[in-house]
Amino acid sequence: MGRMTFVYRRLLLLIPTVLGVTIITFFMIHLIPGDPARTILGIHATPRAVAILHREWGLDRPLASQYWLFMDRLVHGNLGTSLYYGVSVSSLITSHLPATIWLICYAAVLGIVISVPLAMIAASRKDAVRDHVVRVVPLLGLGMPAFWLALILQTEFAVRFRLFPVTGYGTGFLGHLHSMFLPALTVAVALCPVVIRSLRASMLNVLGAEFVTTARAKGVPAPRLFVRHVLRNAVIPAVTVLGINIGFLIGGTVIVESVFAVDGVGYLMINSIFQRDFPVVQGVALVFGIMVVLVNLLTDVAYATLDPRVRFDR
Amino acid sequence: MAGLVIIGIILFMLIAAPLITSYNPDTQNLNAILLSPSAHHWLGTDQEGRDTFSRLLYGGRTDLRIAFIAVLFPFALGTVLGSVAGYFGGWVDMLIMRLVDIVVAFPFFVLIIALVFVLGPGERSIYIAITLVGWVSYARIVRGEILVAKRQEYVLAAQSGGLSSMRIMARHLLPNVITQAIIYAMSDIVQDILAIVTLSYLGLGIQPPAPDWGTMISDGQNFLTTHWQLTTIPGLAVVVTGLGLSLIGDGLADLMRPGQS
Repeated sequence: MGRMTFVYRRLLLLIPTVLGVTIITFFMIHLIPGDPARTILGIHATPRAVAILHREWGLDRPLASQYWLFMDRLVHGNLGTSLYYGVSVSSLITSHLPATIWLICYAAVLGIVISVPLAMIAASRKDAVRDHVVRVVPLLGLGMPAFWLALILQTEFAVRFRLFPVTGYGTGFLGHLHSMFLPALTVAVALCPVVIRSLRASMLNVLGAEFVTTARAKGVPAPRLFVRHVLRNAVIPAVTVLGINIGFLIGGTVIVESVFAVDGVGYLMINSIFQRDFPVVQGVALVFGIMVVLVNLLTDVAYATLDPRVRFDR
Repeated sequence: MAGLVIIGIILFMLIAAPLITSYNPDTQNLNAILLSPSAHHWLGTDQEGRDTFSRLLYGGRTDLRIAFIAVLFPFALGTVLGSVAGYFGGWVDMLIMRLVDIVVAFPFFVLIIALVFVLGPGERSIYIAITLVGWVSYARIVRGEILVAKRQEYVLAAQSGGLSSMRIMARHLLPNVITQAIIYAMSDIVQDILAIVTLSYLGLGIQPPAPDWGTMISDGQNFLTTHWQLTTIPGLAVVVTGLGLSLIGDGLADLMRPGQS
């Protein structure tokens, strides 16, 4: 099957998934014990306010028509109105999105920059001391709470040594690079375990392959062998591993943004949780869900493009 | 293995907590706030005069207990759904896998945080949220294993012998298939500990005054520059526990796959 058919197929499978994402997000409001409107409004729950929310969310109508209302609005880009800020949720999200996207990309780049050399070191001499040392790193990273690392990095490098700004997004491209370094590093460290493991495994696979033996027999010097042959073949899986774990990556940004007060979507979500601003929480969850689905699709397509075996195996 | 040693020590300390420390983790002593580590208080005291070391131990009890229990529900649910999907195939399989795709679409933490927010903070919500989100990995693993296993001869023999599907799945397939799920469960416990600690840090998890590593980290935030041990030590506890559990998981995985590494 050609590449386009593969893409079309994946797009088709996307539809029920996206629908499902919307259903779950829609349904969250009904998980709230008691009357959602009253619970959310809390002490502000005057009869009038409750009635307004009831009408806006259609809570007095049957479930199916509520969902229809929800989807109808969604398709028009209307995610509701923030209870706290009073502006539309979609405008809130769009204004906060750039910081988060910055963080995600920066973290992905840092993640690769850290993981690839480490994996190479480990794979270059299997089961040697350096291999074991590198293998312990992921184990430590797996158990490390991101927010804790964030706090420590922040205290040491930002407060104590004043190398980086303590909080914030910064202005301008260089400002972003500077301000976001610690947050991105924190997320990258959370990513590394998974990426290092699979990179090392795929590098070991490649190293055992025939073409490598051939190259060695030809007398290709070791460093060159590594860079030109092993690395190229191993980086693709790294990128796809990153793509697969994008959900984890995005989730990590939520906490890290809060610690560093980076004005991204995750920070928005956490604050909205404490402000009991349900429409925003719902909207952000939905946006995250769709983002992950899209990135997974892109990853699949990229993988199929780079590795022809994937398409034809189907 | 090293992992067992680490976890053994941790577990022992946690279980023996009442014997090791004479302080009640909840007792405040406002005359003794923010003390540095000393002979009286091995790790000092926190901002309300509670002994840090005993809070660490009791907090560990709470966190690990919840994490271990929290792993069981997704394990059970995921294994059942995965078995059904793998064994029967067809539209059941498609339905369950679509469900998996949908749940997986949400970032793990985002969904957990949103669910706990919606359900209200506290232990029960943690169990519900983790179960609703965590079953997918088990389902996938078990389904994969069953897809392979059901072609084995003993299954065909059982089927032609007229055994009911339930019986085949439960008594014949399951025991052979469950090892991968158990291995995964080890890393899942680590993830659950992280989730619980993160939720508590945000104030959405274990509610004060119950001691917990996450709340300890959050409480200690304000004193990072002066009393860094209040925040650092609980975090280290999480990392070390995670390390121990991961080592056990890796060891188990190595045991189950002889000849490979």
